[in-house]
Amino acid sequence: MAPTKSAIPAVDGWFTTGGSPTLMGSRCRTCGTYAFPRETYFCRNPECDSQEFEDVPLSRRGKIWSYTDARYQPPLPYRAADPYEPFCIAAVELAAEKMVVMGQVIPGVSVDDLSIGTEVELVTDVLYEDDDHQYLVWKWRPVSSDDHSGDAHG
Amino acid sequence: MADDKKVAVLGVGMHPWGKWGRNFVEYGLTAARAALADAGLEWRDVGFVSGADTIRNGYPGYVAGATFAQALGWTGARVASSYAACASGATAVAAARAQILAGLCDVALVVGADTTPKGFFAPVGGDRKDDPDWLRFHLLGATNPTYFALYARRRMELFGATENDFAAVKVKNARHGVANPNARYRAEVTTDEVLASPMVADPLRLLEICATSDGGAALVLSSTDFARRHAGAAGLVTIPAVSTVTPRFPQTVIEMPNFATDSAVAADGGPGSGFRRSIAHAAYEEAGISPEDVDVAEVYDLSSALELDWYEDIGLCKEGEAERLLRDGDTAVGGRIPVNPSGGLSCFGEAIPAQAIAQVCELVWQLRGQADGRQVEGARVGVTANQGLFGHGSSVIVSK
Repeated sequence: MAPTKSAIPAVDGWFTTGGSPTLMGSRCRTCGTYAFPRETYFCRNPECDSQEFEDVPLSRRGKIWSYTDARYQPPLPYRAADPYEPFCIAAVELAAEKMVVMGQVIPGVSVDDLSIGTEVELVTDVLYEDDDHQYLVWKWRPVSSDDHSGDAHG
Repeated sequence: MADDKKVAVLGVGMHPWGKWGRNFVEYGLTAARAALADAGLEWRDVGFVSGADTIRNGYPGYVAGATFAQALGWTGARVASSYAACASGATAVAAARAQILAGLCDVALVVGADTTPKGFFAPVGGDRKDDPDWLRFHLLGATNPTYFALYARRRMELFGATENDFAAVKVKNARHGVANPNARYRAEVTTDEVLASPMVADPLRLLEICATSDGGAALVLSSTDFARRHAGAAGLVTIPAVSTVTPRFPQTVIEMPNFATDSAVAADGGPGSGFRRSIAHAAYEEAGISPEDVDVAEVYDLSSALELDWYEDIGLCKEGEAERLLRDGDTAVGGRIPVNPSGGLSCFGEAIPAQAIAQVCELVWQLRGQADGRQVEGARVGVTANQGLFGHGSSVIVSK
């Protein structure tokens, strides 16, 4: 029997995994400005000279600011499935953070299923795999009333 | 326009765009020699050489100024090399202009050239997990057209742009490019052909996304005093302004190669989406002119849809009116305010460090009345607009 591959994030510290995954951003302790990926050096607000940040989970839900798809296989270092399957990408507006965050949209969703303003929720999904691991990334999934899982591959 | 901010454009030159597959230095040299000949000057007359860098051709590309100076033959001229992604050429122009205005040299040569790989631009090699450009390909599969498509979809949603509008930009620029001997693509296309080309990043199709090209462009700039002595004051073409502005916080439009925008929580009511708009407006302000003074524009049509954004961002019309401008034929040669008479990136494909310089070459030919087959009649003021990745503004005013 083949051993089960362990699933690990494709990038360290950018998001949590599990039932209700979140992107991990930072918030400036002085002015409250968020950043994703996390800011660790200097606050990007030119009116703020803070160097202190707290790690914060970003809102799991947001509304699509814009979207597109990738009909052609992106070049390396994207590790495309063989055969290649086109996927959608969405830029999603997070209301509380007042920022827009990019992400792939889960497989099986086409641009015809999306529109600006569509509510989406953060999930994790397999980005690629090798002999030892499945590598996870965050993706956006359109919110439907009957589905509350945070784990697209599980 | 303030005379003390002007530098003269004595010569312009280009190596035709294509997919020639030769060393970029050759294209730069061809362009430089053409610009010097156009200026009626010798290489040894140049006091400052300003190279626009390419990152895809090893060290010679990173130190492009010295590479071109060496290839032309060492003369001891002062040198600078500029990298600012798509804005590299304008940054090299800005460096040369500052040298001239400071009185540090009379004559400067600006050169940019590139040799490009086929297909999507990919990040330079190696596993670089702290480089957002590497990470956006690795984690998102987000290519450059991904970002262009996000903007195009916004236009459709906010302003009612249609697939036919995006195709019409391509049709217009293709028509312009037919007459341009330096353009790579010199054939008219029909709306049907554009709309039949494969979808790359919805809603953008293959014929609406600029290719990557080889090419080279060069300018010979001088002080206006030198120019009057050398060539006389009649018909003198000058650059009264160069804008290399950065965004103002918070930048709320997603930009290549970022994963997220700035957060606006601490700066509500800030400039927000204004970066692209600020680029040309800073140049207008520096030149003491307004968009109404512009007769011709060269803007960065990385996608056909993006050209429409630029109409608004450089002030040719109000936000949401770009489609009407296009549909009315205002931006075609023969229209009220022609845009991309050269054929634009649509007909050139992008040779990154050369492209912003090529935009200036086209405006100079237009203002001199030498743009055969694509001439904007009576043009006296032109503007270029461009943006280098997420933070390098690039806009040059050319006037006579």
